Amino acid sequence: MFNLQGYGPSILQGTILTIELCLASLLIAMVLGILCALAKLSNYRALKLSAQIYTTMIRGIPELILMLLIYFGGQVLINQIGPALGYDGYIDINPFVAGVSTIGFIFGAYLAETFRGAILAVPNGQLEAGYAYGMSGFKVFTRILLPQMIRHAIPGFGNNWLVLMKTTALVSIIGLNDMVRMASLAAGATRMPFTFYMVIAINYLILTSISILILNWLNKKYSVGILKD
Amino acid sequence: MDFSIIFGNLDIYLEGLKNTLILVSISLFIGLILAVPLAAVLQTSKNILISGPIRAFIYFFRGTPLLVQMFLIYYGLGQFEPLKTSFLWIFFKEAYFCALFAFTLNTCAYTTEIIRGAIENTPHGEIEAAKAAGMSTFLRFRRIILPSAFRRALPSYSNEIIFMLHSSSLASVITIVDITGAARIVNSRFYSPYEAFLTAAIFYMAITFLIIWLIKKLEFKWSAHLRRE
Repeated sequence: MFNLQGYGPSILQGTILTIELCLASLLIAMVLGILCALAKLSNYRALKLSAQIYTTMIRGIPELILMLLIYFGGQVLINQIGPALGYDGYIDINPFVAGVSTIGFIFGAYLAETFRGAILAVPNGQLEAGYAYGMSGFKVFTRILLPQMIRHAIPGFGNNWLVLMKTTALVSIIGLNDMVRMASLAAGATRMPFTFYMVIAINYLILTSISILILNWLNKKYSVGILKD
Repeated sequence: MDFSIIFGNLDIYLEGLKNTLILVSISLFIGLILAVPLAAVLQTSKNILISGPIRAFIYFFRGTPLLVQMFLIYYGLGQFEPLKTSFLWIFFKEAYFCALFAFTLNTCAYTTEIIRGAIENTPHGEIEAAKAAGMSTFLRFRRIILPSAFRRALPSYSNEIIFMLHSSSLASVITIVDITGAARIVNSRFYSPYEAFLTAAIFYMAITFLIIWLIKKLEFKWSAHLRRE
Protein backbone atom coordinates (compact mmCIF):
# COMPACT_ATOMS: atom_id res chain seq x y z
CA MET A 1 0.00 0.00 0.00
CA PHE A 2 2.78 2.41 0.90
CA ASN A 3 6.02 2.63 -1.01
CA LEU A 4 8.58 3.29 1.72
CA GLN A 5 11.52 3.72 -0.68
CA GLY A 6 13.80 1.50 1.36
CA TYR A 7 13.11 3.29 4.65
CA GLY A 8 11.01 0.40 6.00
CA PRO A 9 13.77 -1.10 8.19
CA SER A 10 14.66 2.23 9.82
CA ILE A 11 10.97 2.87 10.59
CA LEU A 12 10.78 -0.61 12.09
CA GLN A 13 13.83 0.16 14.26
CA GLY A 14 12.12 3.33 15.42
CA THR A 15 8.97 1.38 16.22
CA ILE A 16 10.95 -1.07 18.34
CA LEU A 17 12.57 1.83 20.19
CA THR A 18 9.14 3.38 20.79
CA ILE A 19 7.87 0.10 22.27
CA GLU A 20 10.96 -0.21 24.50
CA LEU A 21 10.47 3.36 25.61
CA CYS A 22 6.80 2.73 26.44
CA LEU A 23 7.53 -0.36 28.51
CA ALA A 24 10.54 1.13 30.34
CA SER A 25 8.67 4.29 31.28
CA LEU A 26 5.61 2.28 32.29
CA LEU A 27 7.79 0.33 34.73
CA ILE A 28 9.11 3.53 36.33
CA ALA A 29 5.64 5.06 36.38
CA MET A 30 4.14 2.02 38.11
CA VAL A 31 6.81 1.96 40.83
CA LEU A 32 6.49 5.72 41.40
CA GLY A 33 2.72 5.52 41.23
CA ILE A 34 2.35 2.82 43.83
CA LEU A 35 4.88 4.47 46.18
CA CYS A 36 3.09 7.80 45.77
CA ALA A 37 -0.33 6.21 46.35
CA LEU A 38 0.91 4.56 49.54
CA ALA A 39 2.46 7.88 50.62
CA LYS A 40 -0.87 9.63 50.07
CA LEU A 41 -2.66 7.09 52.23
CA SER A 42 -0.01 6.98 54.96
CA ASN A 43 -0.29 8.68 58.31
CA TYR A 44 2.89 10.74 57.94
CA ARG A 45 2.11 14.32 57.08
CA ALA A 46 5.45 15.01 55.37
CA LEU A 47 5.00 12.02 53.04
CA LYS A 48 1.39 12.97 52.32
CA LEU A 49 2.30 16.57 51.56
CA SER A 50 5.19 15.73 49.23
CA ALA A 51 3.05 13.23 47.32
CA GLN A 52 0.34 15.89 47.02
CA ILE A 53 2.80 18.49 45.73
CA TYR A 54 4.21 16.00 43.22
CA THR A 55 0.84 15.03 41.71
CA THR A 56 -0.50 18.60 41.66
CA MET A 57 2.62 19.96 39.98
CA ILE A 58 2.72 17.29 37.30
CA ARG A 59 -0.92 17.83 36.45
CA GLY A 60 -0.35 21.57 36.10
CA ILE A 61 2.63 21.47 33.73
CA PRO A 62 2.67 20.24 30.10
CA GLU A 63 4.68 17.11 29.34
CA LEU A 64 6.83 18.90 26.77
CA ILE A 65 7.95 21.55 29.28
CA LEU A 66 8.86 18.87 31.81
CA MET A 67 10.76 16.94 29.19
CA LEU A 68 12.74 19.97 28.03
CA LEU A 69 13.35 20.95 31.65
CA ILE A 70 14.71 17.52 32.57
CA TYR A 71 16.71 17.14 29.35
CA PHE A 72 18.33 20.60 29.24
CA GLY A 73 18.19 21.30 32.97
CA GLY A 74 19.55 17.87 33.85
CA GLN A 75 22.43 18.45 31.45
CA VAL A 76 23.37 21.69 33.19
CA LEU A 77 22.92 20.17 36.63
CA ILE A 78 25.10 17.14 35.93
CA ASN A 79 27.82 19.28 34.46
CA GLN A 80 27.77 21.45 37.56
CA ILE A 81 27.95 18.45 39.85
CA GLY A 82 30.66 16.71 37.77
CA PRO A 83 33.50 19.20 38.39
CA ALA A 84 32.53 19.40 42.06
CA LEU A 85 33.18 15.67 42.34
CA GLY A 86 36.49 16.00 40.49
CA TYR A 87 35.38 14.98 37.00
CA ASP A 88 36.61 17.31 34.26
CA GLY A 89 35.03 16.05 31.05
CA TYR A 90 31.68 17.09 29.61
CA ILE A 91 28.86 14.70 30.43
CA ASP A 92 26.12 14.14 27.88
CA ILE A 93 22.69 13.04 29.04
CA ASN A 94 21.47 10.08 27.06
CA PRO A 95 18.17 11.15 25.46
CA PHE A 96 16.73 7.68 26.09
CA VAL A 97 17.35 8.04 29.82
CA ALA A 98 15.95 11.57 29.77
CA GLY A 99 12.87 10.43 27.86
CA VAL A 100 12.17 7.37 29.99
CA SER A 101 12.66 9.18 33.27
CA THR A 102 10.50 12.13 32.23
CA ILE A 103 7.62 10.01 30.97
CA GLY A 104 7.92 7.69 33.96
CA PHE A 105 7.95 10.69 36.29
CA ILE A 106 4.87 12.24 34.67
CA PHE A 107 2.74 9.11 34.54
CA GLY A 108 3.79 8.12 38.06
CA ALA A 109 1.66 11.06 39.20
CA TYR A 110 -1.35 10.02 37.11
CA LEU A 111 -1.08 6.37 38.11
CA ALA A 112 -0.82 7.38 41.77
CA GLU A 113 -4.41 8.65 41.60
CA THR A 114 -5.60 5.44 39.93
CA PHE A 115 -3.81 3.25 42.45
CA ARG A 116 -5.04 5.31 45.38
CA GLY A 117 -8.62 4.80 44.27
CA ALA A 118 -8.00 1.08 43.77
CA ILE A 119 -6.46 0.68 47.22
CA LEU A 120 -9.41 2.46 48.81
CA ALA A 121 -11.77 0.09 46.97
CA VAL A 122 -10.39 -2.94 48.83
CA PRO A 123 -12.47 -3.47 51.99
CA ASN A 124 -10.58 -2.59 55.14
CA GLY A 125 -11.66 -5.85 56.79
CA GLN A 126 -9.55 -7.79 54.31
CA LEU A 127 -6.40 -5.99 55.47
CA GLU A 128 -7.38 -6.32 59.12
CA ALA A 129 -7.86 -10.05 58.66
CA GLY A 130 -4.37 -10.24 57.19
CA TYR A 131 -2.87 -8.45 60.16
CA ALA A 132 -4.88 -10.65 62.51
CA TYR A 133 -3.15 -13.66 60.98
CA GLY A 134 0.15 -12.10 62.00
CA MET A 135 1.24 -11.09 58.49
CA SER A 136 3.78 -8.28 58.19
CA GLY A 137 2.81 -5.03 56.44
CA PHE A 138 4.72 -6.08 53.31
CA LYS A 139 3.04 -9.47 53.23
CA VAL A 140 -0.42 -7.94 53.60
CA PHE A 141 0.47 -5.67 50.67
CA THR A 142 1.66 -8.44 48.32
CA ARG A 143 -0.81 -11.16 49.28
CA ILE A 144 -4.02 -9.28 50.07
CA LEU A 145 -3.99 -5.70 48.85
CA LEU A 146 -2.24 -6.14 45.49
CA PRO A 147 -4.27 -9.07 44.07
CA GLN A 148 -7.55 -7.37 44.94
CA MET A 149 -6.69 -3.83 43.89
CA ILE A 150 -5.59 -4.87 40.37
CA ARG A 151 -9.19 -5.35 39.27
CA HIS A 152 -10.14 -1.85 40.38
CA ALA A 153 -7.00 -0.33 38.88
CA ILE A 154 -7.29 -1.82 35.38
CA PRO A 155 -9.69 0.72 33.77
CA GLY A 156 -7.74 3.77 34.97
CA PHE A 157 -4.46 2.04 34.28
CA GLY A 158 -5.57 1.29 30.71
CA ASN A 159 -6.44 4.93 30.03
CA ASN A 160 -3.11 6.08 31.37
CA TRP A 161 -1.24 3.51 29.32
CA LEU A 162 -2.93 4.69 26.10
CA VAL A 163 -2.04 8.31 26.88
CA LEU A 164 1.51 7.30 27.83
CA MET A 165 2.04 5.59 24.50
CA LYS A 166 1.01 8.69 22.61
CA THR A 167 3.20 10.87 24.82
CA THR A 168 6.30 8.95 23.74
CA ALA A 169 6.04 10.75 20.38
CA LEU A 170 7.46 13.78 22.21
CA VAL A 171 10.89 12.19 22.66
CA SER A 172 11.53 12.82 18.97
CA ILE A 173 11.81 16.50 19.94
CA ILE A 174 14.79 15.86 22.22
CA GLY A 175 16.52 13.89 19.50
CA LEU A 176 15.70 10.30 20.34
CA ASN A 177 15.42 8.04 17.29
CA ASP A 178 11.89 6.84 17.93
CA MET A 179 9.52 6.14 15.05
CA VAL A 180 8.33 9.73 14.71
CA ARG A 181 11.88 10.99 14.27
CA MET A 182 12.72 8.17 11.89
CA ALA A 183 9.69 9.16 9.84
CA SER A 184 10.82 12.81 9.89
CA LEU A 185 14.25 11.82 8.57
CA ALA A 186 12.74 9.63 5.86
CA ALA A 187 10.20 12.34 4.99
CA GLY A 188 12.97 14.90 4.59
CA ALA A 189 15.01 12.64 2.34
CA THR A 190 12.18 11.42 0.10
CA ARG A 191 9.91 14.51 0.13
CA MET A 192 6.99 12.26 1.03
CA PRO A 193 6.05 13.53 4.49
CA PHE A 194 2.39 12.53 4.29
CA THR A 195 3.18 8.90 3.47
CA PHE A 196 5.66 8.49 6.29
CA TYR A 197 3.65 10.27 8.97
CA MET A 198 0.60 8.26 7.92
CA VAL A 199 2.59 5.04 8.39
CA ILE A 200 3.52 6.24 11.89
CA ALA A 201 -0.09 7.13 12.65
CA ILE A 202 -1.18 3.65 11.58
CA ASN A 203 1.60 2.13 13.72
CA TYR A 204 0.21 3.97 16.73
CA LEU A 205 -3.31 2.81 15.90
CA ILE A 206 -2.06 -0.80 15.78
CA LEU A 207 -0.27 -0.44 19.13
CA THR A 208 -3.39 1.15 20.65
CA SER A 209 -5.68 -1.58 19.32
CA ILE A 210 -3.43 -4.39 20.58
CA SER A 211 -3.26 -2.70 23.99
CA ILE A 212 -7.04 -2.46 24.18
CA LEU A 213 -7.37 -6.17 23.40
CA ILE A 214 -4.84 -7.09 26.10
CA LEU A 215 -6.48 -4.77 28.63
CA ASN A 216 -9.91 -6.29 27.96
CA TRP A 217 -8.44 -9.76 28.44
CA LEU A 218 -6.77 -8.69 31.71
CA ASN A 219 -10.00 -7.13 32.89
CA LYS A 220 -11.87 -10.37 32.26
CA LYS A 221 -9.16 -12.44 33.93
CA TYR A 222 -9.11 -10.38 37.11
CA SER A 223 -12.90 -10.17 37.37
CA VAL A 224 -13.37 -13.94 37.24
CA GLY A 225 -14.37 -14.10 40.89
CA ILE A 226 -16.88 -11.27 40.62
CA LEU A 227 -20.56 -11.87 40.00
CA LYS A 228 -22.08 -9.74 37.25
CA ASP A 229 -25.74 -8.89 37.22
CA MET B 1 18.68 31.31 39.39
CA ASP B 2 19.12 34.55 37.50
CA PHE B 3 15.87 36.46 37.77
CA SER B 4 17.05 39.21 35.42
CA ILE B 5 16.75 36.72 32.54
CA ILE B 6 13.10 36.12 33.43
CA PHE B 7 12.11 39.74 33.92
CA GLY B 8 14.24 40.95 31.02
CA ASN B 9 12.34 38.65 28.66
CA LEU B 10 8.89 38.92 30.12
CA ASP B 11 7.60 40.49 26.90
CA ILE B 12 8.45 37.30 24.95
CA TYR B 13 6.53 35.26 27.51
CA LEU B 14 3.54 37.59 27.34
CA GLU B 15 3.51 37.30 23.56
CA GLY B 16 3.65 33.53 24.04
CA LEU B 17 0.83 33.65 26.58
CA LYS B 18 -1.32 35.53 24.07
CA ASN B 19 -0.67 32.93 21.36
CA THR B 20 -1.32 30.01 23.70
CA LEU B 21 -4.63 31.49 24.86
CA ILE B 22 -5.75 32.23 21.29
CA LEU B 23 -4.85 28.76 20.03
CA VAL B 24 -6.47 26.96 22.95
CA SER B 25 -9.67 29.00 23.12
CA ILE B 26 -10.38 29.01 19.39
CA SER B 27 -9.72 25.28 18.96
CA LEU B 28 -11.79 24.40 22.03
CA PHE B 29 -14.65 26.63 20.87
CA ILE B 30 -14.84 25.28 17.31
CA GLY B 31 -14.17 21.73 18.53
CA LEU B 32 -17.11 21.93 20.94
CA ILE B 33 -19.47 23.43 18.36
CA LEU B 34 -18.66 20.63 15.92
CA ALA B 35 -18.73 17.94 18.59
CA VAL B 36 -22.33 18.49 19.76
CA PRO B 37 -24.05 17.66 16.43
CA LEU B 38 -21.55 14.85 15.75
CA ALA B 39 -22.31 13.27 19.12
CA ALA B 40 -26.06 13.66 18.62
CA VAL B 41 -25.90 12.09 15.16
CA LEU B 42 -23.64 9.29 16.40
CA GLN B 43 -26.04 8.49 19.21
CA THR B 44 -29.26 8.58 17.18
CA SER B 45 -28.29 7.44 13.68
CA LYS B 46 -28.62 3.76 12.83
CA ASN B 47 -27.21 4.28 9.35
CA ILE B 48 -23.68 2.92 9.25
CA LEU B 49 -22.80 5.15 6.29
CA ILE B 50 -23.27 8.15 8.58
CA SER B 51 -21.99 6.82 11.88
CA GLY B 52 -19.09 4.87 10.32
CA PRO B 53 -17.07 7.88 9.14
CA ILE B 54 -17.65 9.67 12.46
CA ARG B 55 -16.44 6.63 14.36
CA ALA B 56 -13.37 6.35 12.10
CA PHE B 57 -12.60 10.03 12.67
CA ILE B 58 -12.81 9.60 16.44
CA TYR B 59 -10.76 6.40 16.36
CA PHE B 60 -8.00 8.00 14.30
CA PHE B 61 -7.71 11.23 16.27
CA ARG B 62 -7.89 9.56 19.67
CA GLY B 63 -5.54 6.72 18.75
CA THR B 64 -2.63 8.73 17.36
CA PRO B 65 -0.42 11.34 19.02
CA LEU B 66 -1.28 15.00 18.42
CA LEU B 67 2.31 15.59 17.34
CA VAL B 68 1.92 13.14 14.44
CA GLN B 69 -1.43 14.70 13.48
CA MET B 70 0.19 18.13 13.42
CA PHE B 71 3.09 16.89 11.29
CA LEU B 72 0.63 15.21 8.92
CA ILE B 73 -1.16 18.50 8.38
CA TYR B 74 1.76 20.94 8.45
CA TYR B 75 4.41 18.93 6.58
CA GLY B 76 2.31 16.16 5.05
CA LEU B 77 -0.24 18.12 3.03
CA GLY B 78 2.52 19.73 0.98
CA GLN B 79 2.97 16.37 -0.70
CA PHE B 80 -0.22 16.90 -2.70
CA GLU B 81 0.40 19.07 -5.72
CA PRO B 82 -3.30 19.95 -6.42
CA LEU B 83 -3.68 21.31 -2.89
CA LYS B 84 -0.53 23.37 -3.22
CA THR B 85 -1.89 25.16 -6.28
CA SER B 86 -5.38 25.71 -4.87
CA PHE B 87 -6.46 28.72 -2.83
CA LEU B 88 -6.48 26.53 0.33
CA TRP B 89 -2.70 26.63 0.34
CA ILE B 90 -2.83 30.22 1.63
CA PHE B 91 -4.06 28.70 4.89
CA PHE B 92 -2.18 25.42 5.00
CA LYS B 93 1.24 26.95 4.41
CA GLU B 94 0.86 28.88 7.67
CA ALA B 95 2.12 27.06 10.77
CA TYR B 96 -0.38 28.95 12.90
CA PHE B 97 -3.37 27.77 10.89
CA CYS B 98 -2.09 24.18 10.74
CA ALA B 99 -1.64 24.05 14.50
CA LEU B 100 -5.12 25.46 14.99
CA PHE B 101 -6.56 22.97 12.49
CA ALA B 102 -4.87 19.98 14.15
CA PHE B 103 -5.85 21.09 17.65
CA THR B 104 -9.46 21.65 16.59
CA LEU B 105 -9.86 18.22 14.99
CA ASN B 106 -8.14 16.57 17.95
CA THR B 107 -10.26 18.21 20.64
CA CYS B 108 -13.37 17.70 18.51
CA ALA B 109 -12.77 13.93 18.48
CA TYR B 110 -12.28 13.73 22.24
CA THR B 111 -15.20 16.05 22.97
CA THR B 112 -17.55 14.10 20.69
CA GLU B 113 -16.78 10.97 22.65
CA ILE B 114 -17.31 12.76 25.99
CA ILE B 115 -20.67 14.22 24.93
CA ARG B 116 -21.81 10.97 23.32
CA GLY B 117 -21.14 9.19 26.62
CA ALA B 118 -23.11 11.84 28.49
CA ILE B 119 -26.05 11.61 26.07
CA GLU B 120 -26.05 7.84 26.40
CA ASN B 121 -26.44 8.15 30.18
CA THR B 122 -29.54 10.33 30.01
CA PRO B 123 -32.13 8.82 32.37
CA HIS B 124 -34.67 6.97 30.29
CA GLY B 125 -37.61 8.50 32.12
CA GLU B 126 -36.62 12.01 31.00
CA ILE B 127 -36.73 10.98 27.35
CA GLU B 128 -40.04 9.16 27.80
CA ALA B 129 -41.53 12.20 29.51
CA ALA B 130 -40.38 14.42 26.66
CA LYS B 131 -41.89 12.03 24.12
CA ALA B 132 -45.12 11.88 26.09
CA ALA B 133 -45.25 15.66 26.04
CA GLY B 134 -45.15 15.44 22.24
CA MET B 135 -41.71 16.93 21.67
CA SER B 136 -40.01 16.38 18.32
CA THR B 137 -36.53 14.82 18.25
CA PHE B 138 -34.88 18.22 17.77
CA LEU B 139 -36.83 19.87 20.54
CA ARG B 140 -36.12 16.91 22.82
CA PHE B 141 -32.39 17.30 22.23
CA ARG B 142 -32.45 21.04 22.72
CA ARG B 143 -34.60 21.17 25.84
CA ILE B 144 -34.09 17.86 27.65
CA ILE B 145 -31.17 15.75 26.55
CA LEU B 146 -28.41 18.27 25.84
CA PRO B 147 -28.77 20.44 28.97
CA SER B 148 -28.53 17.45 31.28
CA ALA B 149 -25.81 15.86 29.13
CA PHE B 150 -23.69 19.03 29.39
CA ARG B 151 -24.01 18.92 33.15
CA ARG B 152 -22.83 15.32 33.23
CA ALA B 153 -20.06 15.97 30.71
CA LEU B 154 -18.60 18.95 32.56
CA PRO B 155 -16.09 17.06 34.79
CA SER B 156 -14.61 15.14 31.85
CA TYR B 157 -14.75 18.19 29.64
CA SER B 158 -12.76 20.20 32.17
CA ASN B 159 -10.07 17.52 31.91
CA GLU B 160 -10.18 17.92 28.14
CA ILE B 161 -9.68 21.70 28.48
CA ILE B 162 -6.60 21.22 30.63
CA PHE B 163 -5.37 18.47 28.33
CA MET B 164 -5.73 20.84 25.38
CA LEU B 165 -3.87 23.60 27.22
CA HIS B 166 -0.99 21.22 27.86
CA SER B 167 -1.05 19.82 24.33
CA SER B 168 -0.91 23.32 22.88
CA SER B 169 2.74 23.41 23.95
CA LEU B 170 3.37 21.24 20.87
CA ALA B 171 2.73 24.28 18.68
CA SER B 172 6.24 25.41 19.57
CA VAL B 173 7.59 22.45 17.57
CA ILE B 174 6.32 23.96 14.33
CA THR B 175 7.90 27.38 15.00
CA ILE B 176 4.96 29.06 16.77
CA VAL B 177 5.92 31.28 19.70
CA ASP B 178 3.53 30.13 22.40
CA ILE B 179 4.59 29.95 26.06
CA THR B 180 6.78 26.93 25.36
CA GLY B 181 8.14 28.58 22.24
CA ALA B 182 9.06 31.63 24.32
CA ALA B 183 10.85 29.39 26.82
CA ARG B 184 12.77 27.69 24.04
CA ILE B 185 13.86 31.06 22.64
CA VAL B 186 15.03 32.23 26.05
CA ASN B 187 16.82 28.93 26.67
CA SER B 188 18.69 29.03 23.38
CA ARG B 189 19.61 32.68 23.80
CA PHE B 190 20.99 32.48 27.33
CA TYR B 191 21.52 28.74 27.81
CA SER B 192 19.62 28.89 31.07
CA PRO B 193 17.14 25.98 31.05
CA TYR B 194 15.94 26.41 34.64
CA GLU B 195 14.93 30.03 34.32
CA ALA B 196 13.43 29.53 30.87
CA PHE B 197 11.37 26.40 31.44
CA LEU B 198 10.41 26.97 35.08
CA THR B 199 8.94 30.35 34.12
CA ALA B 200 6.90 28.63 31.41
CA ALA B 201 5.84 25.96 33.91
CA ILE B 202 4.59 28.66 36.30
CA PHE B 203 2.59 30.28 33.50
CA TYR B 204 0.95 26.94 32.62
CA MET B 205 0.22 26.10 36.26
CA ALA B 206 -1.38 29.48 36.81
CA ILE B 207 -3.68 29.01 33.80
CA THR B 208 -4.49 25.43 34.84
CA PHE B 209 -5.54 26.45 38.34
CA LEU B 210 -7.54 29.36 36.99
CA ILE B 211 -9.43 26.97 34.69
CA ILE B 212 -10.06 24.50 37.52
CA TRP B 213 -11.42 27.33 39.67
CA LEU B 214 -13.69 28.62 36.91
CA ILE B 215 -15.05 25.13 36.19
CA LYS B 216 -15.78 24.61 39.89
CA LYS B 217 -17.82 27.81 39.90
CA LEU B 218 -19.67 26.72 36.76
CA GLU B 219 -20.35 23.28 38.20
CA PHE B 220 -21.77 24.89 41.33
CA LYS B 221 -24.01 27.12 39.23
CA TRP B 222 -25.26 24.33 36.99
CA SER B 223 -26.13 22.07 39.88
CA ALA B 224 -28.30 24.70 41.59
CA HIS B 225 -31.47 22.61 41.21
CA LEU B 226 -29.79 19.59 42.84
CA ARG B 227 -28.67 21.43 45.96
CA ARG B 228 -30.56 21.45 49.21
CA GLU B 229 -30.43 24.73 51.06
